[in-house]
Amino acid sequence: MTAPLLQVRNLSKHFSITRGFPKSRTTTVRAVDGISFDIKPGEAFGLVGESGCGKSTAARALLRLIEPDSGQVVYRGQDVTTASGADLRALRRKMQIVFQDPYSSLDPRQTIGSALLEPLALHGIARGAAGRERAAALLEEVGLPVTALDRYPHEFSGGQRQRIGIARALTVEPELIVADEPVSALDVSVQAQVLLLLRDLQRRRGLSFLFVSHDLSVVRWFCDRVALMYLGRIVEQGPVDRVLAAPLHPYARMLRDASPVPDPALRGALPRIIGELPSAAAPPSGCHFHPRCPVALARCATDTPGWTALPDGGVACHLHGG
Amino acid sequence: MKALRRAAANPTTTAGVLICALILFGAVCAPWLSPFDPTEQNIIDRLQPPGGDYLLGTDQFGRDILSRLLWGARISLAVSLGAIAAAAVIGGSIGMVSGYVGGRFDLLVMQVMDVLLSFPSLILGLIVVALLGPDLVNLVFAIALTAIAPFARIARAPTLALKERAFVEAGRALGFSHTRILFRHILPNILPEVMVMVSLWLATAVRVEASLSFIGLGVKPPTATWGGMTRDGFENILDAPWLAIAPGVAILLLVLGLNMVGDGLRDATDPKLRGE
Repeated sequence: MTAPLLQVRNLSKHFSITRGFPKSRTTTVRAVDGISFDIKPGEAFGLVGESGCGKSTAARALLRLIEPDSGQVVYRGQDVTTASGADLRALRRKMQIVFQDPYSSLDPRQTIGSALLEPLALHGIARGAAGRERAAALLEEVGLPVTALDRYPHEFSGGQRQRIGIARALTVEPELIVADEPVSALDVSVQAQVLLLLRDLQRRRGLSFLFVSHDLSVVRWFCDRVALMYLGRIVEQGPVDRVLAAPLHPYARMLRDASPVPDPALRGALPRIIGELPSAAAPPSGCHFHPRCPVALARCATDTPGWTALPDGGVACHLHGG
Repeated sequence: MKALRRAAANPTTTAGVLICALILFGAVCAPWLSPFDPTEQNIIDRLQPPGGDYLLGTDQFGRDILSRLLWGARISLAVSLGAIAAAAVIGGSIGMVSGYVGGRFDLLVMQVMDVLLSFPSLILGLIVVALLGPDLVNLVFAIALTAIAPFARIARAPTLALKERAFVEAGRALGFSHTRILFRHILPNILPEVMVMVSLWLATAVRVEASLSFIGLGVKPPTATWGGMTRDGFENILDAPWLAIAPGVAILLLVLGLNMVGDGLRDATDPKLRGE
């Protein structure tokens, strides 16, 4: 087995809200509650879940864009969570992020050229004419004309802006790209183009991806392995084909059944989805999923299921030895 | 750039710019334009009505009103521009940093600003000048102090919104320092709003300077100031009304011109009126 590129161990991020006067009450939201996973070099790892399950928070916490409360993130043997100063800056070069909203991810008063040149110069990669040449090459690589260099973000469409965001992430030559719902704000036709671009970059540059998404069909196509999150915890993890074809966790099964498969032969009754995602501020006791679970046992309401490791992943469910 | 072109297309704004440019020209070229020395007394020609040798008449010491008006424009503009430039830089930085840092620091800073805001600008200016004594530098300081809080507020609000945008996070992921993000990415985005405030607050500064001079807390006589001239005219209002009218109209025109420019800039930068 190859050494993992990124190891995440028990990563947690809690937010506390203090409200009320004169007696204040503090509510703690366990947005990310002790998640662990590995990403191998060149792999596309999916982090999937409903909105509000903490997947974006997890992505930001492992990049230290928000400070995690506890846990460890190790990048090629180097601890990201404790790095500071020059070490952190060097690590930031290796891990980049592509955002969901292409409209807020670019500085509206900065030309595309300047946005690409700034990180190039800051990290001493290239500046001046050489930098411009490099920026032009990056634009070409993501499928945009070189003339884009002197234009402003508002002159581009959502899909084009997403390409610019990808080019900006590539300026510092990262090995890992955290893609936070990179296509969910785009039209379906544009989604496909951007996904093809990401797949192309992955193959050509040997990039690894942490692909955060709620869209199972996109994950099925793009990712090698997947972790499924529910209210801050990972409930199942494994190769994408196995998890989506033969899910173990009842929540995974529910999500799989709710995701349409483009094959008329498989057309069947629409699956039943029980209830809504509970509030992360007051998650259910025991297994967070038990109120919605069609096969819940008595102890699911009281005991938190442990992690059962499988040869290719794992699951957290009392039905499967948890 | 687009906003400037939109502002120029508005006739009111253009008129405002013309008025301000004219007054600025008069102030800068005062030494060459003035027909007389603004402080030279000519007792024989005292209280001359407009016309003749003295285009706008003379005051009770026989000084030429037009010359005093031109030289007075220099004081008005120097005090207002100096004070507002200082307030915009200091107040704008306070607001931007406070909004960006957030949390308790932001709360504390903004409470201090609210205390400053609770004084009407004339009263605050009056207190400062009364404590420090009336001279040009103190006047600039007094007026700047009254304008710091509004600039802090106007810079803070958009900063709060901007710091949540993904491009700030992208910058952090690329290893940009907070200083770089603040001055290279947030500042250019809040600058239009601050510039609109500059033109509107310049008008207020002109008014406060004139008011302080009027009550004798401005730059000391015999230096010509518009407020001081209005005051002199006020004492002779029945015998020689032109003494008060000329500086009064000058103040009115400058304040009006600055407000017209400010309104035009505000409309041009307001996304709701932009129609894009």
